Amino acid sequence: MPPETAEPRRAIVVRGLEKRYADVHAVRGIDFEVRAGEVFGFLGPNGAGKSTTISILCTLASPTAGSATVAGHDVVRERDDVRRNIGLVFQETTLDDYLTAHRNLVFHGELYGVPKAVLGERIEQVMTMVGLWDRRDSVVATFSGGMKRRLEIARGLVHAPNVLFLDEPTIGLDPQTRSSIWAYIRELRARHQITVFLTTHYMDEAENCDRIAIIDAGRIVAEGAPESLKAAVGKDRVQVRTADDDVAIVALKEKLGVDARVHDGAITFAVASGEEFVPRLFAELPIAIRSVSVARPSLDDVFLSFTGTTMRDAAARPGEARARR
Amino acid sequence: MSAVAPREPRDSSRPVVVVPRVPSASLASDLRAIKVVWHRELLRFVKDRPRLIAGLAQPVLYLFVMGTGLSAMVPSTSGVPFRTFLFPGVLCMAILFSCFFSAGSLVWDRELGFMREMMVAPVRRGAILLGKCLGGTTVGTIQGMILMVIGAIGGVPMSLELVVTIFLELLVICFAITAFGLALAAHVRSIQAFMALMQMVLLPMFFASGALYPLSGLPAWLEVLTRLDPLSYAVAPLRHAVLGASGKAALAPMVTWGSFVVPIWLDLVVIAAYALVALAVARRRFAREDA
Repeated sequence: MPPETAEPRRAIVVRGLEKRYADVHAVRGIDFEVRAGEVFGFLGPNGAGKSTTISILCTLASPTAGSATVAGHDVVRERDDVRRNIGLVFQETTLDDYLTAHRNLVFHGELYGVPKAVLGERIEQVMTMVGLWDRRDSVVATFSGGMKRRLEIARGLVHAPNVLFLDEPTIGLDPQTRSSIWAYIRELRARHQITVFLTTHYMDEAENCDRIAIIDAGRIVAEGAPESLKAAVGKDRVQVRTADDDVAIVALKEKLGVDARVHDGAITFAVASGEEFVPRLFAELPIAIRSVSVARPSLDDVFLSFTGTTMRDAAARPGEARARR
Repeated sequence: MSAVAPREPRDSSRPVVVVPRVPSASLASDLRAIKVVWHRELLRFVKDRPRLIAGLAQPVLYLFVMGTGLSAMVPSTSGVPFRTFLFPGVLCMAILFSCFFSAGSLVWDRELGFMREMMVAPVRRGAILLGKCLGGTTVGTIQGMILMVIGAIGGVPMSLELVVTIFLELLVICFAITAFGLALAAHVRSIQAFMALMQMVLLPMFFASGALYPLSGLPAWLEVLTRLDPLSYAVAPLRHAVLGASGKAALAPMVTWGSFVVPIWLDLVVIAAYALVALAVARRRFAREDA
């Protein structure tokens, strides 16, 4: 075994990864890297190949072609080394409902060989983090869906993994629980320098990631920080309310060269950099401005611009790769 | 610009985080995995009181109702009262159901999703299987020993030697039966399928084992079946021990291969060999399975 690299600079390296099932080409050659300590999101519609990719990275499925290393270990050749260094939270719960929350975590720690001397303390820490230490002796069957997900996140951390994989971590949860899950993810990154790899089909959640890869039909169509991806789409949407919209529209056209239209009761137009445009707006418009709003393009706009379709339509596409396992 | 929520600042007042270093795989880590899987089986058994009661109700019914009813017809078998003759068979039935039920937890775990938790752990699949098998062994042996108490109440002669012998024999037999159950469980996907398969396998195994009647003077086809039935090699040592406590060990029906009388130790060797084959079959299937 190679000497243990405490903090590999790149937590995940994927090269030409492909996965073919009998009738489905689920992943069609993808390349990406995840840096140590970042929160990396895999965004795409259902059936795009997210779960297949996460399964390969977690050593639960083997690639048809290509390679991947996680925490410095090859996912095919060094399976157990990868497993020792990753934490997993699946979409479906994998808790023992009949045992207490604490017992579930003890089981995990023992199975992963966490030294006995620190196991008790470690369990207390991770359970405290997700706010379940007080419920440690409750049987898991009595937990709500959100509590179970939090417990699973805690369990995935018991053995102090370098990389935490979360497959749709907030699916089926209420908004409050979703935001608390995100608070934990941020805390992990800030305090534990853990790399988090997650999949999601929620645009607003992908915004929380340091970087995202947008995957569609088994291919990565775009990769980068959410902000830069949106910037790459180009234009911000500016909405202006004025004392006299007709005058303003004419002025916009003549003085600033912008085609504007009234939309939702406000003058609406798109420019490359909305925030820098606003001062010019005040300088050039001959009439009073009541309000201005600048909206960044959403990730939906990003997805649309790269795939030519919206994520909802992509998910509904017939004949799309649906195989998840 | 604030689509990304602000990161929480680092809080230096919090205690230092314990970051365990997980050692590489070793014999010790495999043993630990076996132990924790075994421990879970015991916890589940202890918490599942209906299972314990159900597991004992059927043997008690056989022993006291069928045993009493039939003793009117068959006053003495192999020199002992029919109920004493029947007792080892009932004991066998009790552990048969108990051990198969334990093995079924493999299917339950898969249905409930917990299997994944074990399958993705950095331990050998064989260790998980062995932990399950030892769990079934322990639970089966405990139920067998409880049945010994019930047998004593029912008038089956007891001795310390008998209790010790039965205990040791049960360990081997329960291990084998659980291994058998695991070999089945590893091949089915749903608990319904497992239950159906269990019925299909258990009852023939039980009826062909000599648990209810001596295995002598049978038609040739049935004789072959009984000699193939691993349970035959479980019933013989148990009955030999039980009759021994009445001083009738010499009368205990033994398994015969032609004119060769299989000694007790060889019965146990055959059982153990069956167990290893079953475990190998289960492991082979289990190891290939995707998580």
